Amino acid sequence: MIYLLKTPLQEGDVRKLKVGDTVYLTGVVVTARDAAHRRFIEYLKEGKSIPIDLRGGAIYHCGPIVKRINNEFKIVVGGPTTSARMELYEADVIKRLGVRLIIGKGGMGSKTAKACREFGAVYTIFTGGAGVLAANTIKRIIKVEWLDLGIPEALWVLEVENFGPLLVTIDTTGRNLTKEIIEGAKRKYKEILKKLEVI
Amino acid sequence: MNNRILEEAIEKAAIEAIAKAVIYIPPDVKKALIEAFNNEVSEASRLQIKAILKNIELAEKMKMPLCQDTGIIMYYVRVGYEFPSFKVIEKSLVNAVKIATNTIPLRPNTVHPFTGENPGNNIGRYIPYINIEFIDGDELEFTVVPKGGGSEYVSVLKMPPPGEGVRAIKKAVVDAVLRAGSIPCPPTVVGVGIGGGSDIALHLAKKAACLRKLGSSNPDPVLDKLEKELYEALNELGIGAMGVGGRSTVLAVHIDYAHRHPATLPIGIVFQCWAIRRATARISRDGSFKVFQ
Ligand code: SF4
Repeated sequence: MIYLLKTPLQEGDVRKLKVGDTVYLTGVVVTARDAAHRRFIEYLKEGKSIPIDLRGGAIYHCGPIVKRINNEFKIVVGGPTTSARMELYEADVIKRLGVRLIIGKGGMGSKTAKACREFGAVYTIFTGGAGVLAANTIKRIIKVEWLDLGIPEALWVLEVENFGPLLVTIDTTGRNLTKEIIEGAKRKYKEILKKLEVI
Repeated sequence: MNNRILEEAIEKAAIEAIAKAVIYIPPDVKKALIEAFNNEVSEASRLQIKAILKNIELAEKMKMPLCQDTGIIMYYVRVGYEFPSFKVIEKSLVNAVKIATNTIPLRPNTVHPFTGENPGNNIGRYIPYINIEFIDGDELEFTVVPKGGGSEYVSVLKMPPPGEGVRAIKKAVVDAVLRAGSIPCPPTVVGVGIGGGSDIALHLAKKAACLRKLGSSNPDPVLDKLEKELYEALNELGIGAMGVGGRSTVLAVHIDYAHRHPATLPIGIVFQCWAIRRATARISRDGSFKVFQ
């Protein structure tokens, strides 16, 4: 199924999404990668406030190329980065900050899948490397926070239109497509080695 | 020949080559991706390749780097023995990276491995990487490869007992692709370097992955057969484009080798993601040049 969704997302919006569905997202997306995730957790621990309300929001694992033209920023290219590195933090981000949609590449692990099921969120992938396609759906930069982390690591708050295709690979039922595919490959492994006369 | 003119020519050619490499996908790669799209049976995987092709088209139209990870710049240089000046080569190639980082722009990727400091211009200790070989003639030729981090992350070096021979090679390749899963942005090209020594095996693997044209066959019939056999086998794993499930896990397997020491069988495996970026510049002794893919 193909869904056109708008932020802020309600719990019902994401609970109806299933592994294999495609989403095109319109509204607000916030980029956050390693350093921003680390700071989310740090701030939550210390009780400091996060500069952006992420309730019902979408975060995007992305370190964009940004051009500064006359003091104005422009996202030139912005494809997804490998999400596995954010596995350490994402469950808490979902639980404590109320994020409903995560966009990245490469899939995430069981801690994130569990948080998605419990708190109502999904993990989606955007085509790795397709940075121009992504940037093309960005209407404007609403604001940037935590720029002290550096351009790729800052929180870029973006207004997007029909950002996608985003493929749901972790839904709220506990399914995790990336894991299923790798498990499937492992089952074929022996047979393949036999065919290659390795075993 | 005036060194200053040559210096400028090399710098200009390198900037042009970097720009071409990061914006335009070489024709052989585009062809391979279209073929992968046509042969793919999984809908999810097809959709991923479709997005890749659309992204390539948009990058061309907008003259933007096609992936935000513009990598670490690698230069593979072939310099003619009669080329008038060797002194200017390295300096010009390094300078070109600095300039290209600003003008194209490239993402500033080089970081100090211990302090984390980023000079902001894609320059650093030993980087850009410049590999020089000598050839006959009076021309200078170099291929620029902006190598992304995602596919480099899953590189493998294996040193099996040499007695295991080709079986060890096959197993190492299947294991590496399985372990890499969706990380290197499949469909990938798997470069395999055999023999030499640990460093030589990886060097050959990287060259095989990044430099050799897709659709070319291995001049050695034994290796050609092995490449095709591995290509078929790997695409049966079912990983698919971006790991969403499907046939298009690898676009090709490229193997190269060096003679080895009897006590070792080094196996280097290097992945190149679908965003295969390379462009070559050829500079004549008078400073005129051509950039092509
Ligand atoms: S693996 Fe390749 S296509 Fe994917 S993000 Fe890195 S450089 Fe881009």
